[in-house]
Amino acid sequence: MTYQLETAQHPEKLRRVAIDPVSRVEGHGKVTILLDEQNKVHQVRLHIVEFRGFEKFIQGRPYWEVPVMVQRLCGICPVSHHLAASKALDIIVGAKKLTPAAEKLRRLMHYGQMLQSHALHFFHLCSPDLLFGFDSDVTKRNIVGVVAAHPEIAKRGVLLRKFGQEVIRVTAGKRVHGTGAVPGGMNKSLTIAERDELLKDIYHIVAWSRDAVRLIQKVHTQDPGLYNSFGIFRSNFMSIVGHNGDLDFYHGTLRARDENGKLIFDGVDYQEYDRYIEEEVKSWSYMKFPYFKSLGKEHGWYKVGPLARVQNCDQISTPFAEHERKEFVDYAGGTPMHAPLAYHWTRMIEMLHAAEVIKELLHDDDLLSENLMVEGERKMEGVGVIEAPRGTLFHHYRVDENDLITMANLIVSTTNNNQAMNEAVRHVAKRYLHGREVTEGLLNHIEVAIRAFDPCLSCATHALGKMPLAVELVDPEGLVIHSLSRS
Amino acid sequence: MTAPVVIFAVGNPSRGDDAIGPVICGRLEKWLKNEGLAEQFELIEDFQLQIEHALDLSDRQLALFIDAGANTPAPFTFQRIAPASGIAHSTHELSPEAVLQVYLQTEGVAPPPAFVLCVRGEAFELGEPLTAVAEMYVDAAFGLLIQLCQQADLNFWERATPIAIEEKYQAAEA
Repeated sequence: MTYQLETAQHPEKLRRVAIDPVSRVEGHGKVTILLDEQNKVHQVRLHIVEFRGFEKFIQGRPYWEVPVMVQRLCGICPVSHHLAASKALDIIVGAKKLTPAAEKLRRLMHYGQMLQSHALHFFHLCSPDLLFGFDSDVTKRNIVGVVAAHPEIAKRGVLLRKFGQEVIRVTAGKRVHGTGAVPGGMNKSLTIAERDELLKDIYHIVAWSRDAVRLIQKVHTQDPGLYNSFGIFRSNFMSIVGHNGDLDFYHGTLRARDENGKLIFDGVDYQEYDRYIEEEVKSWSYMKFPYFKSLGKEHGWYKVGPLARVQNCDQISTPFAEHERKEFVDYAGGTPMHAPLAYHWTRMIEMLHAAEVIKELLHDDDLLSENLMVEGERKMEGVGVIEAPRGTLFHHYRVDENDLITMANLIVSTTNNNQAMNEAVRHVAKRYLHGREVTEGLLNHIEVAIRAFDPCLSCATHALGKMPLAVELVDPEGLVIHSLSRS
Repeated sequence: MTAPVVIFAVGNPSRGDDAIGPVICGRLEKWLKNEGLAEQFELIEDFQLQIEHALDLSDRQLALFIDAGANTPAPFTFQRIAPASGIAHSTHELSPEAVLQVYLQTEGVAPPPAFVLCVRGEAFELGEPLTAVAEMYVDAAFGLLIQLCQQADLNFWERATPIAIEEKYQAAEA
């Protein structure tokens, strides 16, 4: 594993650029490439505005407001925050085990979220790159080009996303800002009409998801030279795994492996996550850098998300996705695959699994049950962990005797992937930067690397007029000698 | 029956001036109800635009996107937009133009005439309320919005150019 983001060989020769806390990132993201005197890349930093001020936002609020409030953190995956917070607060109300109906309804909501998020990412954001290549004409390398060449793909992407949103709507009450999950269970079950409406479409959804896996598998395996090496870095990886080591997005225990696939820890109750994970603060980034305590800062960082999950589990419980997982593992040759572009392949395996689980759940009459709540001995502290679309998501709260939140700590998926994303971008910059100019090609390749992780950006703030990704080249004197942004 | 005009109001009510869209949406909903115009407009409020919003453009005569702007002209801009595909690096952003593009590519026909009402915001921190300046901008924008809803036809909306709006705003301030 490498750890060079902050450890250039001769850092005294590099001038650090002071980044004002307010104007650090003017748009959605910024990459700063610091050169040495030989015009070689010495440091690369990916700046993303993530959660700021969350603790202040949430402290002093009654705990039962939290599952709804946290949805305002992210407009893309509010369900993940909704459920992670609810799981943490289950512990606080003493509901260590939910009723079967409540857990299945939450699972349905969560797998709907996973389906819609993965569909959005693959069909809308990444398929142009994957189908046409990163160096193709930018006017062709967009979704219009995809439609021209593959007319059904874009439409399916929209409909898959819409189906996932519909699953969320019927389980959470609304498509956004839903209130379905509450501490101790759920506040609504499905009606027969709602279930039957979803059942009408689920078979198409499973079939389209299978097609998507085949498509990305074909794209990946046709160009192994690119897909197995682009932006590659080796790292530890982590996720929760379910019963018997199954892939599980909703619940399980923490498992981490090293870059060779050897277990670092397994079966860890996530209530004790802070015994295993530490968060480092760096002066140049709002986002923290988590690492495994047992390995230290230098060697303990890790990646999360689809590529980690699919390789961390022992099997997938649904048949089509399990078949695809085996194909992927066989292709990787028995050792962990670390190529960032393999995220896309594993993301589609997960989408297929989500579709299959939704199908199974829709045939389970527990979804119609009104037995939705449990409670038990009141606690003062709780941790909720879930596998969100982009990776492991931690919510940790403490409450006082008046039921008010006194402490909140979140480690979101993008934070877990912070070092990994920086590594991927650094590798790409070193490979594709030539001279003292940020070329369109370099910008394209950096974007491709970032897209593989699909980071949460300045969550739920999206105002018009903000600059998309900007790449700056900084010389040893600290001067910005060239920059380029996608406008 | 599908309302002839769809209005998307985008923003997060808990992030300072990002709440401009939802605030305007709330005011507009009440105003439309009082004026007996509610059936002519479908209001869709969301945190962010996404691809499925393209489906909400079907069978409309006009579409309007209301959103906060960062570093955009004050108090607001109003302009017609066309489909355009942007290459983003994250799923966390989709412009109104890109929503039109998704409609074009999935439906195979041109989207309805669409406009953006972009109201300048000043601060977007989590947990902060709307700034006083943004409230003033919202008032100004709402004045135009009422006119747009009273005369919801393409010709009128196209005549409501930024220059005309600016003159109107300056006159109101004076």
